[in-house]
Amino acid sequence: MENVKCECGHVNPFGTYLCESCGKPLIEDDGQVADMRYEGVARRSQTYKKSIVDKIWNFFSSVKVGIWIIVLLLLASSLGTILPQEMYLPPGERASQFYENEYGTFGKLYYQLGLHDMYTSWWYMALIAALGISLVICSLDRFVPLYRALKTQRITRHTKFLERQKLFAKSGQIENIEESFAQAEEILKKKKYNIRKDNGNILAEKGRFSRWGPYVNHIGLIIFLIGCMLRFFPEMYLDEHIWVRDGEEVVIKGTDGEYFLRNEEFKVVLYDEDDELYRESLERAGAPVVQKFQTSATLLRRTSTNAIGSEPELEEVKHHYIRVNDPLTFGEFALYQVDYKLNELAEFTFTIEAVDEANEEDLSEIEFTVNLYDPEMVYEFENGYRIEIMEYFPNFVINDNREPTTLNRIPDNPRIIFEVFTPEMDPDEDQGEISLVGIQINEELNGENDYRIRMIDVEMRNVTALTIRKDRTIPILSIGGIIFMIGLVQGSYWNHRRIWLQNRDGEIWVAGHANKNWHALKNDFQAITKNTAIPMPIDQTEENLNERSKEIEGVEDNNGSTKQ
Amino acid sequence: MVQLSSNFLHVSFFLYLAATILFWVSITGRKFKNKEGIEKNRSGPIGYIVSILAVITSLAYFAIRWYAIGHAPVSNMFEYTTFLGICMALAFVIIYPIYRNNYLGLFTMPVVMLIIAYASMFPREVQPLIPALQSEWLTIHVITVAIGQGILAIGFAGGLLYLIRVIDFTKASNKVKGLEFILFTLLSFVAYILLVIGFSFAEYEAVFNYVDERGNEAVVEYNKPALIGPNEGQLITVNRFDPWISAPAIIRSDDLNTVIWSLLGGLLLYFVLRLIFRKPIGGAIQPLLKNVNPQSVDELSYRAIAIGFPIFTLGGLIFAMIWAQIAWTRFWGWDPKEVWALITFLFYAAYLHLRLSRGWHGEKSAWMCVIGFALIMFNLIFVNLVIAGLHSYAL
Repeated sequence: MENVKCECGHVNPFGTYLCESCGKPLIEDDGQVADMRYEGVARRSQTYKKSIVDKIWNFFSSVKVGIWIIVLLLLASSLGTILPQEMYLPPGERASQFYENEYGTFGKLYYQLGLHDMYTSWWYMALIAALGISLVICSLDRFVPLYRALKTQRITRHTKFLERQKLFAKSGQIENIEESFAQAEEILKKKKYNIRKDNGNILAEKGRFSRWGPYVNHIGLIIFLIGCMLRFFPEMYLDEHIWVRDGEEVVIKGTDGEYFLRNEEFKVVLYDEDDELYRESLERAGAPVVQKFQTSATLLRRTSTNAIGSEPELEEVKHHYIRVNDPLTFGEFALYQVDYKLNELAEFTFTIEAVDEANEEDLSEIEFTVNLYDPEMVYEFENGYRIEIMEYFPNFVINDNREPTTLNRIPDNPRIIFEVFTPEMDPDEDQGEISLVGIQINEELNGENDYRIRMIDVEMRNVTALTIRKDRTIPILSIGGIIFMIGLVQGSYWNHRRIWLQNRDGEIWVAGHANKNWHALKNDFQAITKNTAIPMPIDQTEENLNERSKEIEGVEDNNGSTKQ
Repeated sequence: MVQLSSNFLHVSFFLYLAATILFWVSITGRKFKNKEGIEKNRSGPIGYIVSILAVITSLAYFAIRWYAIGHAPVSNMFEYTTFLGICMALAFVIIYPIYRNNYLGLFTMPVVMLIIAYASMFPREVQPLIPALQSEWLTIHVITVAIGQGILAIGFAGGLLYLIRVIDFTKASNKVKGLEFILFTLLSFVAYILLVIGFSFAEYEAVFNYVDERGNEAVVEYNKPALIGPNEGQLITVNRFDPWISAPAIIRSDDLNTVIWSLLGGLLLYFVLRLIFRKPIGGAIQPLLKNVNPQSVDELSYRAIAIGFPIFTLGGLIFAMIWAQIAWTRFWGWDPKEVWALITFLFYAAYLHLRLSRGWHGEKSAWMCVIGFALIMFNLIFVNLVIAGLHSYAL
């Protein structure tokens, strides 16, 4: 593992292909054109091959391995789109049954292979991690020696380096080379080349910073991937959900009871079917199209830290119309419109009436409203009647033991068991008339009743569903994204061009290299060769190609351009 | 106003056709020479001027429609696909002066026409924006994506040009088959357009009752004879073609039927052309391209992809993430459209890295340019229309 000393005096690391200083090929190969990738530097991966660390380093330092990881990631990603992912299943569907029921054996297999939730699977994560490692190691392995080589490059290059460039030419003996070089220098300066001179030789260089583009964008990607990883740490990411009824105030989860949200009104606005602009489209759709989902929301903040249980004192912070694409934001939090429910039952208003039509008692005074979210249990009237709620089932079902019960606290199917006491009865001693009341249901539970509870009004409310989001990874992701884009643009929209003009014993040797966009480099050469003694370099790879294609087809080759 | 914008689009379509013909003439036409012996076949530059006019006219369509409907006209399949075609033409107009390659014009302009014609097969009326689309990010994200994809599409045109130029069509090989398959696919799009126009001219309509994937009764209307009927479908319209088989409920049978018609139409066109040329179609085009310099085309398509890739990434991933964060509460959700944008990104990233390796310039590169564009079209057409996700808005 010895360093190699070039004849120019520069000491190169073991494995160097082109001397970092003068460019002389240190390892002979048979190509006519030198391989200029990474300036022919020796990379760590090519130098050390012993320990396990070296082996891992060498594995991930290969661009080929990197490309394989990209391709595997690409293929794996596509698998997950064949069937919908678990998170996009219709609400209430269980993945274990859904895939088999919907897609048969293939669906079952898809589920069993874990493809229904593959983007969070360990192997997919491992692939992304491998990509991250590959990014870091590939970049480090190349950046350091490349930086050194571009920094130590000499102006006067070895003849072997020059003649093995893709663009190369040399002239015969010429009298006043200096004059031609001075002209070329002027032209290249106008073209924003950096000119360096040494012994009458010229190195004109332009856009070297674009060589760092890939490394910059890889740094951005790494920061982005780290940001994504932080998501899994506590306190970094909050994903909560609240349902808020019209007029209701609800504590905003994740804010430690500091913030509350009042939903003034939720509404769904539809597009006007008579609107001339959309008429045709709405007719074809055949169904109304929503123009907006909107929660008129007021953000409230607790002003005092009251004892637990007492009503908190709240002050209004701000009002906002929360719509899709227009969340309410405060501090690190954002509230998004994500779902809704129209016309949820809110209140029932009842009266009672005598079953016997002959009974002419005046019961019009008896009218009471039951709040279905939090009903009062006793209703007393001045005329002595008293009505109690014995049981309330907001979402009534009969369970497996054939007992009535409620699914949850949401009044989707409310049933109330009332007990009615007439003025003559003693609520403590006697048993009143019991009935089960719900929408279009009124059953007598203890024999025939004299009084019937009758629903006279129903009030409904809209409910809005909001997602509460706090994502502290966003700033990191943004920085990563911005650096990535800067690097991408830096590497793609600029290119590194070098022109070597050398005076070799009265001959002009000219060579050029571009990391991409040879077309522009050739144009630059055209500019400096037009009115000077400098010969136009020949594209040595093209020459080979032309000779080959002439052999095959025997046709004259030009590029079909309209340039004249 | 909307009508006026459509008229501009029609005019531009014919200008693209004119540009195609001019580029054709510039290649096949006799080399006119004047007395001084300077070549007088100016149809290349004229073709370029006509394509600039075409781009201006189609941008006029875009601007007027934008003004008329109050939002950027990129919100449904017709509007987006049309704009993608315009962007491809725009990218050509920008790249042509650098390389002055008439062959690129000959390959780009017909693809632009095909894309715009295909777009016109979707409903063209003005559609109201659903809440998720009401954002300035619709404008920013979609327009950036379209410009990026338009430039990447030039890479495709370059790749195709390269392949037809270099592949040896005299011997049967997988390369020949692959290339012929690409041409067959393009012909299928042509067939699709012709079929839609034909059957709508004939006012073909067949209505079926069927059972949808949720087990509900539903009605579907076919605009082409049903080779494949819907699930448990019953033909209601009298005197119409009774389907051979019926599709399972999870598949949109009318779309599948259209695809099958288009493939059959493409096959028909393909074999007619083969009978005329008596050789692979690529082989029939090849002699036209004998003056193409493969290396310069290779560099051109690499350049197009190097320019298009950052723009596509910015629009298709970064702006997309910003918008998703605002509209859907999270910047990434593994929705099929998102995943396929990521796949496209990874694919072109692999391409750019492979360009660093030896042996990946030229032919292999060209194949990748073609496949990359196929991915873009797959994401546009298949993912939108077949794999329903959050992005499948009104068509």
